[in-house]
Amino acid sequence: MSDASTDESNDGQRFDRLPETPADREVEGRASRREVLDWWAERFGIEPSVFEEYSFWEKGAGKVWIFNGEATDPSAVEAIGMTFLRTRQEHWKPTSRAATRFGHHATTNVIELDPEQASRFAAGDDQDLPEWEGDWGYLIATHEIAGGQAPIGVGLYLYDELRSVVPKGSRADLPVVE
Amino acid sequence: MNPLARYEPLVDDAAAFRAACDRPLPSVVRVNELAASPGRVREAFAEEGVAYEAVDWHDGLFRLPDGNPGGNWPYVHGWTHGQEEVSVLPGLALDPQPGERVWDACAAPGSKTTQIADAMGDEGTVVANDNNLGRLSALRHNAERLGITNAIVTNQDARNFSMKPLAFDEFDRALVDAPCSCEGTCRKNPDVVDQWTLDHVHAVAGIQKGILARAVQATRPGGTVVYSTCTFAPEENEAVLDHVLAAEDCEVVAFDLPLDTVPGVTEWDGETYDESVTRAHRVYPHHNDTGGFFCAKLRVGGEAGETAADGEEVSA
Repeated sequence: MSDASTDESNDGQRFDRLPETPADREVEGRASRREVLDWWAERFGIEPSVFEEYSFWEKGAGKVWIFNGEATDPSAVEAIGMTFLRTRQEHWKPTSRAATRFGHHATTNVIELDPEQASRFAAGDDQDLPEWEGDWGYLIATHEIAGGQAPIGVGLYLYDELRSVVPKGSRADLPVVE
Repeated sequence: MNPLARYEPLVDDAAAFRAACDRPLPSVVRVNELAASPGRVREAFAEEGVAYEAVDWHDGLFRLPDGNPGGNWPYVHGWTHGQEEVSVLPGLALDPQPGERVWDACAAPGSKTTQIADAMGDEGTVVANDNNLGRLSALRHNAERLGITNAIVTNQDARNFSMKPLAFDEFDRALVDAPCSCEGTCRKNPDVVDQWTLDHVHAVAGIQKGILARAVQATRPGGTVVYSTCTFAPEENEAVLDHVLAAEDCEVVAFDLPLDTVPGVTEWDGETYDESVTRAHRVYPHHNDTGGFFCAKLRVGGEAGETAADGEEVSA
């Protein structure tokens, strides 16, 4: 039987809790909790306190999950909470579900779409949006619905274009609601 | 033979029962209150021109007479989930609380798991198990779409469920929404009536007994286990309760449901069952214009101790 505490490679078949800080890292390339919290704060202005009660786990290459319950570490189960962030790549990518679940806390890199833009985004279409003056990279796309802005998902902004990265299975043809 | 005929002696108005079973059911959605209030969903439906009707016994359910429950903005935002009306009953009977440890033994595709997580305010732990890996991917998809962060998903045979992957030894509550003959869903899926066989009833009843017994064993003394099916067959309902009452330390308890139901039956096909099974609820299609359903609530025997919710600190 292998001892999990001495296993220093990333096991893609199980969930391992993220180390607290980079100094606590035992598995090469694994993001730490502090880096994850810093990333959300820097990229989207979401305060680390929003995630205080949650734990973060890695399974597979760089896929980070967010969880709000009790679990053993490491854990050999099918899923633990929800997918949250893709790490182990140059530009970390939030999941669309993380954007819809936590995006209402975001204060920066949020792009508010008009009704027609929102429909095109939900359908998975890329669209020209040269008027955006913020950062390039991953943005949280929102639209106005029932008295407030609500996040739709994650878009990738490059060269005056907003690419919808809504997963194929979640795309929808929706009416333009003026 | 149409299996619905065998249940005519159990119902008050056989003609109304059969007529209701032949009518299709409307699409219904449940509001995911982790993401939006019923009021905000109503407002969004109105803005978008989606026709909806309230369900008088539950604020968070809407009938969509034009169908297509997934083709609107509230669905895309994870504010709603398509779920038949009677399917919310076991979650109401279970009454899970924030911070608790809850087991959904036969969880896929996740309607009840996500309803449980919603009732828990996404706090505590809901362990969503199913033996079918393919159906678990549907559960995963639904849980993510609705933004559930307190679920652990496992792929085990519930009859021999091992607590080993978990951080605790027992649950506060467990739901056994058992695989069954499903004639109660005939208004949605008429094929179930053609596929029905008595052999299957007897085979699945054995599985149901095994799962319910394991749920009682895995739940703390004083904890709650809810047993539900969408079949009218007493072999899969009262007979399963009767078996587990004799084999495990538990009792059937009385509880209320917010629609018209009739008590469980104590006699069927030459068998008699423990009197306490009358505390279970039978839901017939012609009484509330819904699908058919069966729901029982059990209390696990022994002295009630601290629960996860009101006792020790829950470590994240």
